[in-house]
Amino acid sequence: MALTLMKGSEAIAEAAIRAGARFFFGYPITPQTEIPEYMSARMPEIGGCYLQAESEVAAINMVYGAAGTGARVITSSSSPGISLKQEGISYIAGAQLPCVILNVMRGGPGLGNIQASQGDYFQGVKGGGNGDYHLLTYAPSSIQEAVDILQFAYDKAEKYRMPVLFLADGIIAQMMEPVEMPEMVEYKVDPEKKPWAATGWKPGDDPAKRAVINSLFISTEELAQHTDKLQAVYREAEKNEQMWETYKTEDAEFIITAFGTLARVAKTAIDEMREEGLKVGLFRPITVWPFPYAALKEACEQPSVKAVLDTEVNEGQMIEDVKLALNGARPVEFLGHCGSQFPTTAEIIAKIREMKEAK
Amino acid sequence: MSVVFEKTPLLTDKQFHYCPGCNHGIIHRLVAESIDELVKEGKLEAGNVIGVAPVGCSVFAYDYFACDMFEAAHGRAPAVATGIKRSRPDTLVFTYQGDGDLASIGTAEVVHAAHRGEKIVTIFVNNAIYGMTGGQMAPTTLIGQKTTTSPYGRDEAWCGAPIKMSEMLAAVPDSYYIERCAVNSTPNIIKCKRAIKKAMEYQLEGKGFCMIEVLSACPTNWGLNPVEAMKWLEENMIPYYPLGVYKDKGAEQK
Repeated sequence: MALTLMKGSEAIAEAAIRAGARFFFGYPITPQTEIPEYMSARMPEIGGCYLQAESEVAAINMVYGAAGTGARVITSSSSPGISLKQEGISYIAGAQLPCVILNVMRGGPGLGNIQASQGDYFQGVKGGGNGDYHLLTYAPSSIQEAVDILQFAYDKAEKYRMPVLFLADGIIAQMMEPVEMPEMVEYKVDPEKKPWAATGWKPGDDPAKRAVINSLFISTEELAQHTDKLQAVYREAEKNEQMWETYKTEDAEFIITAFGTLARVAKTAIDEMREEGLKVGLFRPITVWPFPYAALKEACEQPSVKAVLDTEVNEGQMIEDVKLALNGARPVEFLGHCGSQFPTTAEIIAKIREMKEAK
Repeated sequence: MSVVFEKTPLLTDKQFHYCPGCNHGIIHRLVAESIDELVKEGKLEAGNVIGVAPVGCSVFAYDYFACDMFEAAHGRAPAVATGIKRSRPDTLVFTYQGDGDLASIGTAEVVHAAHRGEKIVTIFVNNAIYGMTGGQMAPTTLIGQKTTTSPYGRDEAWCGAPIKMSEMLAAVPDSYYIERCAVNSTPNIIKCKRAIKKAMEYQLEGKGFCMIEVLSACPTNWGLNPVEAMKWLEENMIPYYPLGVYKDKGAEQK
């Protein structure tokens, strides 16, 4: 297969199109503007729809409308724009509509800056909008991985009837890497497979089959039934969809936890440390919701493991899930910086040495 | 015996939850009858209709209109309708919104739907108050009008003059047809029905954004009985919100 050198945002946009996405609604914001730019040129070529909304608020509601008709829809933004989309994301989750949302994370809070960051972990996996809901959330660490995940993202979104969120730090969108692109999928809405979608009910048809795309359940009992249904879906996704990568964890004394591109910095640090005889491994969640709690626990509870170092490009967010997974079984230390300053291999190595000396 | 009057098939059998004297019932029926007639006249294929309900008193409109329906977040109906229409361009798409929804929290969405010339019909029901939350001041509340959040009467110096959406949207280059109606009398009900149907016909012809504003009584939150409320609407609302066609690109071209 041929490898093409591509910029992350363009590879991701093209991969979404090849997975059947034919509707893009978005709004420019750094560092992901190349995605709408690419979509604006590419969608007309393939009979798709690129529409620049007046705001992220409107864009996500356009997603709600088009997804409710059964189409494969995508939107992208970066942190402050994703905050604006939270209202719509909660409605989409409540109305059980499949779609794909890309967050190319930049520094925060507020306007923050425009450099790569991982500051939206909490927002992505712990809620963001109002109510009890989850998004199937992937944190790719390379352009190829993002492209590969997009190939099944719509199938998963449609299977569970839940939105898929890509939690990608800005580096994924901005760097260039060789990628193998998949074949084009021609997606057609099949009303049999999407009986919930608005596909043309008329008076005289079975009233139960009329599409009502909605997240309002005014009676206590009906809302409870609805959220029970959502929770059952989430339990099923937790059972089937956890993805993670382990690297040199078999005999490790120390395990580093990291997600996204920072995991690649950690790998370099691990290789250098191994040359010096320091036994260090990496555990990288690929799905951050559902979080691979059991797999992380298993990796860290090997007798050889003395402690865990969680590293992130934020002030410590995923560390809460790492600690939940370990439930006190091993000490967990943290190395991270606020908005946009990636921990370096030197810092990671220094931190592990410090942990080793303390033992 | 011949049938002289029957319920339109575009309304479900669900009983309306609206208060006595509220005009939503009449307006729902005008929308449903217009769709039904377009189907019978062969201008619209049955089933090719999607409605978008708002947040406000008509939040349950998805229970009443017998077609595929979406419930939108507060004010976002024109954005939701945009997504639907772009995905299903063969479908008649309408939004049904109140004045809190459209003229306050949803101004960006409706202005930009009009600005893009989005091929949708918006039914804008203006009763100069927030009904569902129990009678608070709306952007459309008249000067001096007392509500639960303007207990001394709306003060223009403090919160501005009531917003005129039809006039505003008529000024947007790519809006196509904007008319303000009322349902306070039989002639006005007939005019309103004609306007709604004309807006839908324009959409089916592929023309741009159409909005029909309908002045509507809210006896419950105005603290009046239904007869007094209609009189108040005629004496206070119609003078400030004059009825008529604000823009009709179709007529201009004739």
